[in-house]
Amino acid sequence: MYTKKECVAMLLAGGQGSRLYALTQDMAKPAVPYGGKYRIIDFPLSNCVNSGIDTVGVLTQYQPLVLNDYIGNGQPWDLDKQYGGAHCLPPYQTALGAEWYKGTANAIYQNIAFVDRYSPEYVIILSGDHIYKMDYNDMLQFHKEKGADATIAVLDVPMEEASRFGIMITDDEGNIVDFEEKPKNPRSTLASMGIYVFTWSKLRQYLIDNENNPDEDKDFGKAIIPNMMNAGEKLVAYAFDGYWKDVGTLDSLWEANMDILNPNIPIDLYDPDWKMYSRNPVLPPQYIGENAVVENSMIAEGCIIDGNIDFSVIFEGVTIEKGATVTDSIIMPGSIVKEGAVVEYAIVGENTVVEKGAKIGARPETVENRDDWGIAVVGHNMTIAEGQVVAPRQMVPDIKKK
Amino acid sequence: MSLNKNILGLIFANMHEDAIPELTGRRTMGSVLFGGRYRMIDFVLSSMTNSGVDEVGVVTKSNYQSLLDHLGSGREWDMARKIGGLHLLPPFSNVTSGMYRGRLEALYGITDFIKASAADYVIMSDCDVVTSFDYDAIFDAHVKSGADITAVYARANLDLEAAARSNVFGIDEDGRVNNVMINPQISGECNVALNTYVISKTLLMTIISEGASKGHYSFARSILQDRCGEFRIMGYKHDNYFSKITSIKTYYDSNMALLSTENRKKLFLDTNPIYTKIRDNPPAKFAIGAKVRNSIVADGCIIEGEVRDSILFRGARVAKGSVVKNSIIMQDTVISRNCTIDSVITDKAVKISDGKILTGSSNYPIYIGKGAQI
Repeated sequence: MYTKKECVAMLLAGGQGSRLYALTQDMAKPAVPYGGKYRIIDFPLSNCVNSGIDTVGVLTQYQPLVLNDYIGNGQPWDLDKQYGGAHCLPPYQTALGAEWYKGTANAIYQNIAFVDRYSPEYVIILSGDHIYKMDYNDMLQFHKEKGADATIAVLDVPMEEASRFGIMITDDEGNIVDFEEKPKNPRSTLASMGIYVFTWSKLRQYLIDNENNPDEDKDFGKAIIPNMMNAGEKLVAYAFDGYWKDVGTLDSLWEANMDILNPNIPIDLYDPDWKMYSRNPVLPPQYIGENAVVENSMIAEGCIIDGNIDFSVIFEGVTIEKGATVTDSIIMPGSIVKEGAVVEYAIVGENTVVEKGAKIGARPETVENRDDWGIAVVGHNMTIAEGQVVAPRQMVPDIKKK
Repeated sequence: MSLNKNILGLIFANMHEDAIPELTGRRTMGSVLFGGRYRMIDFVLSSMTNSGVDEVGVVTKSNYQSLLDHLGSGREWDMARKIGGLHLLPPFSNVTSGMYRGRLEALYGITDFIKASAADYVIMSDCDVVTSFDYDAIFDAHVKSGADITAVYARANLDLEAAARSNVFGIDEDGRVNNVMINPQISGECNVALNTYVISKTLLMTIISEGASKGHYSFARSILQDRCGEFRIMGYKHDNYFSKITSIKTYYDSNMALLSTENRKKLFLDTNPIYTKIRDNPPAKFAIGAKVRNSIVADGCIIEGEVRDSILFRGARVAKGSVVKNSIIMQDTVISRNCTIDSVITDKAVKISDGKILTGSSNYPIYIGKGAQI
């Protein structure tokens, strides 16, 4: 039992998610609620468990309180193990001093000792920024079959979107021959998904060399991958064709939630063969009241719904009072939308109170100039006063202006 | 919550099963499903957790597969402990135990377990009552009154049928139980026993060995009723919301009572969260065209049709064109298209195929057994 693990996962969860503004003031991006009862990090964690990877280092740095508390001993994901399991790995002090994680590669470098405890053949690097279901074991097998030193998961994206991603250029056999970060004129449409499988002995050396070179960025995309490529290591692309969404912006977070409601989009949370695990709240079942009209929505435990809900994702413990309307919106855990309030095309954070008659967001067709329109956002633990209006694209509190 | 309370909890999972033979055909009273996501034992067990009773024995007799599956290690109730925690006590666990006929005999069967506990007091509860027990307050009252036994009761209006499945206390001005009626032929307002008792471990051990030597097996008959003059049995009036399951009708009504927001507030107290086994279902999904009114809906449900005045357990599905009203739809039941389901209780994993019409009555709901395909 206490021998070794074939593959250890290292999950980069220290990201601030600065483009989620109000939602990531008090919590790291991977802890942001998604899909009615999940947090973003549930997806890579559940993927690990479903793929048979039972050892996961979770690298935390920015606002770790919510995340640490959420992951705990990893039990909700079956990751409480005698040997292996989930471990939160914050930056720490050594005899030589202490430093923050200086980049994705440095975060792994600082935890070489953690990985070495399991003497793995392979390491899979994941990030806590994406919504997708993927069998990492398939990718690992691919890595082994190809005899690769590094395998990078790629998604074929439309050409017009390719310049937003790190783009891999491959030869006929799928070997990565070049790599461009957000190219103006993309030479390929294979976008990196930020998922890497490395042969650990190789990666270990590249991490040490990278650390010893003060001129280099301490980052996978900027240093480790180019260095390996230049040294002639075998890098291959692993094509993934399922649903994958980067939820790094407010718009994409909103869209990714709406995607669950769309039966034509392949992100099935109800699939018994690929369960998504999460820390479950202790709440009674939801109650749908006498006056409620609920369609095309997802609603979690403990909600009390007596208003009108359409095309929305309602997290646990939310109250929507009689006469309140919530459409095309996301209401995060514990919030209250009071009588007569209207929430449209909006994201409302955790434990926020929307008082009577307040109005948050608007439908795009009601705005004269479309350029002024966008998703309205209210952060966590806020109160929107009676009758207050939060315009489309407005944010409360207004982090952008600070 | 006081520290070091030193109380052993005992939960009797099988008692009162004959009240709802339909639902207990393949499970214990404790594992009967209730309220959209719970099993009956969740209410007493969670109350024990929340009152700091952290050593609990669950006494069971037969049919306990679903109970074992539900409780597991007791982790969801915070009862997977090194010190104390949850202990499942099936019959035949040692030489003295076997198929018991009553509480006293069941206690005799777990003598060794009780002896081994360091607790000075024992709290006993059954699984036929849906409520939030404040065991802290019950225990404090027991210590304060210096009673030999504290028996918990509630004021309730019973009809003949409910009374015939209950024990009723006569209580004097000082709060002492002076008369115990077992399954009486009465109706009206009375002090109905909630089958919850506090007793010192020393006295309990004495009672158990005396009972064994005399061949007594019923705690209610041989101790409460026969010896209420000898023992000082004090009543503790439970004022919290409760419902007691005495028949399939009261089971149905007790579930439906949760459609009242007032009742839910009284049962689901902030100070007493009710824990249950986790299933990791996604949230409930309401499709285009779904119509849901005055209903309880649990995680994992997918509703495309119409649901009114009903309780849907985890993972239930109601397809397009179907109407479900006044019904209790248990875990993983699938109702296909264009069905009409009225005043029906479907047990777990029932499949109802297209176009079926099933109609019961609120005073006589139709019960459909586990896994049935219609």
